[in-house]
Amino acid sequence: MKRKSSLHKWRNLPAGDKAYLAFVYLFLALFVTIVIYPLLYVISCSFSSPEALIQGRVFFLPVEPGIQGYEAVFSNARIWSGYANTILYTATGTALGTSVSMIAAYVLSRREFPVRGFLTIFFMVTMFISGGTIPMYLWLKRLHMLNTIWAIVVPGAVSVWLVIVARTFVQSTIPEELFEATSLDGGSYLQYFLRVVLPLSKPILAVLALNFALGQWNSYYNALIYLNDASKYPLQIILRDILIQNSVDVTNSASGGTDVNNQMHRQYLSELLKYSLIIVSSAPLLIIYPFLQKYFIKGTMIGSVKG
Amino acid sequence: MKVPGHVIKKQKRYWQLYLLALIPFTFVLLFNYMPMYGILLAFKDYSIKKGILGGRWAGLKYFRQLFSIPNFPLILRNTIVLSIESMIIGFPFPILLALSFNEIANKNIRKVLQTITFAPFFISTVVVVSIIFQMFSYRYGVVNSIIRALGGSAVNFPGIAGFFRPAYIFSGVWQGAGYSSILYIAALSAVDVSLYEAAAIDGASRLQKVLHVDIPCIAPTIIITLILNVGNILSIGFEKAYLMQNPVNYKYSEIIATYVYKTGIEQAQFSFATAVGLFNSVVNCIMLVLVNTIAGKISETSLF
Repeated sequence: MKRKSSLHKWRNLPAGDKAYLAFVYLFLALFVTIVIYPLLYVISCSFSSPEALIQGRVFFLPVEPGIQGYEAVFSNARIWSGYANTILYTATGTALGTSVSMIAAYVLSRREFPVRGFLTIFFMVTMFISGGTIPMYLWLKRLHMLNTIWAIVVPGAVSVWLVIVARTFVQSTIPEELFEATSLDGGSYLQYFLRVVLPLSKPILAVLALNFALGQWNSYYNALIYLNDASKYPLQIILRDILIQNSVDVTNSASGGTDVNNQMHRQYLSELLKYSLIIVSSAPLLIIYPFLQKYFIKGTMIGSVKG
Repeated sequence: MKVPGHVIKKQKRYWQLYLLALIPFTFVLLFNYMPMYGILLAFKDYSIKKGILGGRWAGLKYFRQLFSIPNFPLILRNTIVLSIESMIIGFPFPILLALSFNEIANKNIRKVLQTITFAPFFISTVVVVSIIFQMFSYRYGVVNSIIRALGGSAVNFPGIAGFFRPAYIFSGVWQGAGYSSILYIAALSAVDVSLYEAAAIDGASRLQKVLHVDIPCIAPTIIITLILNVGNILSIGFEKAYLMQNPVNYKYSEIIATYVYKTGIEQAQFSFATAVGLFNSVVNCIMLVLVNTIAGKISETSLF
């Protein structure tokens, strides 16, 4: 039914509109294909056999499907350790960043707070001026924070952009009457924050938490500069070593024979492992984002209105 | 001078707010402002014993050193060219995407397509770079498999210096266009319906509606995004360039940020690397103010 009616509409369009729409659909189809194809290709490779991959027989769907790549990924101790570190950094960084930034947003949302203007400028300045890589490095070194989790999760805890987003949300969605009611009941600023603002700010807390979590999960720069103990490396550093610098060793099990076949198979397997590793590291975000994307969109839109 | 009594009382009322504010204030002071102090290092000789500020004044020595290294023009040019090319090529895609999404009447299809184009935004830089290298790899990459299947001879893409820029720029489009289109989609959804009705009465075609209603309505968003992009022209990301860098493409891939990392973190020339970083920030600030002023004069849309 519906199809028929839209086809009917299409027929009635003027020729110019038809040409224009055809162009638009073509552009979209092309763009979406280009976005999807690399992802599809990586997934298909990760589920193919090492031989099919090496011989270049994978184009769209998995060839000789199997999970050898995933077995290799999961038997690699470094990947496990990187995964555990990333989860630790992401959880800590998200909890810390969300709390501190939300507190900042709350105090900035109180219009009667005497130092509100000063604080706003104090925060905003940091969006335009920063010490730069080296002064930051030396400063963290002096605080003895280098090579600890704190160098990763603490410096970015106040995200000025997210603070402004959250402040705008609190100001525009929580009715001022609630504050007056709380004050009349003898409630303090702290009680108002904990009992009224926080419960009503769940959507914006989600925006903050997700942005911090995404940043930490994919972060690579801070770990590269501030960490030098391999046991503390997050997943992204391990990924770089294995994926880009090719320093993979799938022989950590005691299978090491020296015959040529075995070696070739290992080399194939380490190539296959790369694809499985890409999937294992990106899957958590790629699986959840369709359900949570509205929060990212919301943050971006509030941020753009009152940037 | 005596402070009036009611002011004190009021200040007392706010003590909880002050206490709360102290938490983020301390974080920003410690991790944003204190490092700024270290900028002085650019004008001093760093000494391990005496710390950041204990060294002797060096004046503009490190800036002179920067301007006199033979590679400096190359690094500066790479940074600017990579940035401008990324901007010029990357800029129209989110707008085209948003305008195209706007033409899709079926809400569900539109949502699915938008979700798909959003996906690469959630993938890390490390993974994006490795996907490029895997797909274009000489021996196992799918691109070369296709070339071979078509009877051509394989090309070692990562070994070609000229591969760096297109790969850098188009992977940026691939990763960011869907996300950046959100702003324009939001601006388009705010377009007054009466404008479309008026256009329909005037017998405007679809293309005319886009040109005379849609684009003028999202023009302020376009200009602000443009200003922000131009203001960041020298702060082009370290991560991707560093990850994609190899000895072959060095002459295109060495940018200011990678140079700061190498001289500062790897070679511990702290004063010199700080000076390079500072030069970068100052140029950025100038660009931002300049572009903002120009945009303000031309279109009355400006950042501040």
